[in-house]
Amino acid sequence: MSEILVLVDHTDGVIRKTTAELLTFARRLGEPAAVFVGAGIDSARDALRQYGAEKIYVLDDPELSDYLVVPKAEALAQLVEQAQPAAVLIPSHAEGKEIAGRVAIKASSGLITDAVDIEAGDNGPITTQSVFAGSYTVTATVTHGTPIITVKPNSVTPEAVDAAATEDHFNPVISESAKTAKIVDRSPREATGRPELTEAAIVVSGGRGTGGKFEPVEDFADSLGAAVGASRAAVDSGWYPHAFQIGQTGKTVSPQLYIATGISGAIQHRAGMQTSKTIVAVNKDDEAPIFELVDFGVVGDLHAVLPRAAAQVRARKG
Amino acid sequence: MGIPSYTLLPHEATCQSPHDGSIATALERSEEGHPAMKIVVCVKYVPDATADRTFNSDNTVDRTGVDGVLSELDEYAVEEALKIRDAGDDCEIVVLTVGPDVARSAILKSLQMGADAGVHVLDDAIHGSDAVGTSLVLAKAIERQQADLVVCGMASTDGSMSVVPAMVAERLGLPQVTFGSQVTVDGTTVRVRRDGDAATETIEGTLPLLLSVTDQANEPRYPSFKGIMAAKKKPVDVLSLSDLGVAAGDVGADAAWTKVQQSQQRPARSAGTIVTDEDGTGAAKLVEFLAGQKFV
Ligand SMILES: Cc1cc2nc3c(=O)[nH]c(=O)nc-3n(C[C@H](O)[C@H](O)[C@H](O)COP(=O)(O)OP(=O)(O)OC[C@H]3O[C@@H](n4cnc5c(N)ncnc54)[C@H](O)[C@@H]3O)c2cc1C
Repeated sequence: MSEILVLVDHTDGVIRKTTAELLTFARRLGEPAAVFVGAGIDSARDALRQYGAEKIYVLDDPELSDYLVVPKAEALAQLVEQAQPAAVLIPSHAEGKEIAGRVAIKASSGLITDAVDIEAGDNGPITTQSVFAGSYTVTATVTHGTPIITVKPNSVTPEAVDAAATEDHFNPVISESAKTAKIVDRSPREATGRPELTEAAIVVSGGRGTGGKFEPVEDFADSLGAAVGASRAAVDSGWYPHAFQIGQTGKTVSPQLYIATGISGAIQHRAGMQTSKTIVAVNKDDEAPIFELVDFGVVGDLHAVLPRAAAQVRARKG
Repeated sequence: MGIPSYTLLPHEATCQSPHDGSIATALERSEEGHPAMKIVVCVKYVPDATADRTFNSDNTVDRTGVDGVLSELDEYAVEEALKIRDAGDDCEIVVLTVGPDVARSAILKSLQMGADAGVHVLDDAIHGSDAVGTSLVLAKAIERQQADLVVCGMASTDGSMSVVPAMVAERLGLPQVTFGSQVTVDGTTVRVRRDGDAATETIEGTLPLLLSVTDQANEPRYPSFKGIMAAKKKPVDVLSLSDLGVAAGDVGADAAWTKVQQSQQRPARSAGTIVTDEDGTGAAKLVEFLAGQKFV
């Protein structure tokens, strides 16, 4: 069976949930082979084995992490050449898509971005994408080269399968010209203690309707164990950091449950949340467009509804 | 499945790397009396995001049925180029678009904002191209311009691929500094701040390079009356694929390396339950719903 390469998303060896999801998709298509770039393989090994990596390619050259995109793309293209995989799966975040774009050109291969589902087909993987702010679903295949597919977070429930996780060190040749855009400073964001926005099962978000008071939103989120998001209006007003913006020019989320509070539901906001499984809104205007999307809506003042709801959730949880 | 080697496909048609000397340096140009820096801004004409967008029967995006606009996100790219010029850098700004006749309006808007000239690659054979084909055409057109700096928006408002800039940079052998939320250009050094998922990073690159900016980078200006009048006299070069030396067979739907099998409109969500919090019971009903769905 052919290998399916999965580019591992991790921070110092702590793998992100998307990696487990990609390995789960990979198993549908062939033999999952994790590609681990950077330091920290000792911390990552068990998790990769547990989610089905039959093989782990380890690329621990420090130069791969100091520069932007290009060295990783060179390395991955060289690995594609050597391993001859049946497909390459890459997480759909900004860097993932850029790496994918370059690898596609280097390997003369078709690229599909933002897949939300992947099935094996007679002529290679069949992907499903959600386009036009979630109003259309499209299935597609790659017709040339090695299918390069970027996959959105939360697209599949990770399945635990114990695998061999055989390690193989791979030393790519990195060109000088790949080292011209360098990360010169990096200040990690303060941890919020909440789940990662794009990976969370529940997201509670606040908009202009919060009037700048995000405490009720955060407190309700905490009662549910949810991540917190914001509309662009809230971000532009300086009420919440841009990293938490949901929508066309922010993050795309697809949680089990999305709760929009004080958000009108503009098309650019919908683009980032419309594929959520269950949608709930709290808005004081019963004509707000967000109510067209919801499974459940409360017409009311969020400052009154959220604190009560948080208390009741906590009471039920005991 | 391996990587078959084909001839005459876009990969082989990759543009020459500017590092091999095929692109004149800024210094060489200024000695010839041209502006010291040439900026090419890639803009796209897209169906208006607020209109109903559909697919044609051949599964390509219908770009004719709805009103089109300059992709909003590309306005930030045009503005960033204008800011670099306003900061005193001696430079020429060329806006480049690939698309049908109507796409000219995207160029016009950019010229009204203040860009110097436009290039419109117009060829029926391009219809249905995927990112691979589109990036080939863009790369060939940029190569002709001998750009020092290529600026793109963060994504298009329709396809949302975000990969075309990376592909263009790859074909041109350029590094890329993308998703800049703050950009400074100092001589040939470009410094960009970007707000990543886990950290805020500062990236430094040296020209020539490809830059993309987010909607946080600036506030695009509205064309002034003077700008609108001046735009009428600015040159727009209309080029065909053969002008660029691109074979028609290397672009379009048939040359695409991906194929849409089916496009389906999502069924409208079934109407949800809406309750009013008049008597303060909204929270209880909400929590009841969440518990029923096993979220609590
Ligand atoms: C190029 C471009 C990109 C964009 N990208 C994004 C993006 O990524 N994400 C995004 O979100 N937007 C984006 N936007 C902006 C988008 O068009 C909207 O302007 C924005 O989403 C509005 O945010 P909002 O819903 O919080 O504010 P508003 O539209 O002002 O809505 C506020 C809502 O709060 C309700 N409200 C007020 N007070 C209360 C209260 N006390 N209790 C309950 N409800 C209350 C109001 O009834 C109203 O419905 C983009 C726009 C452009 C042009």
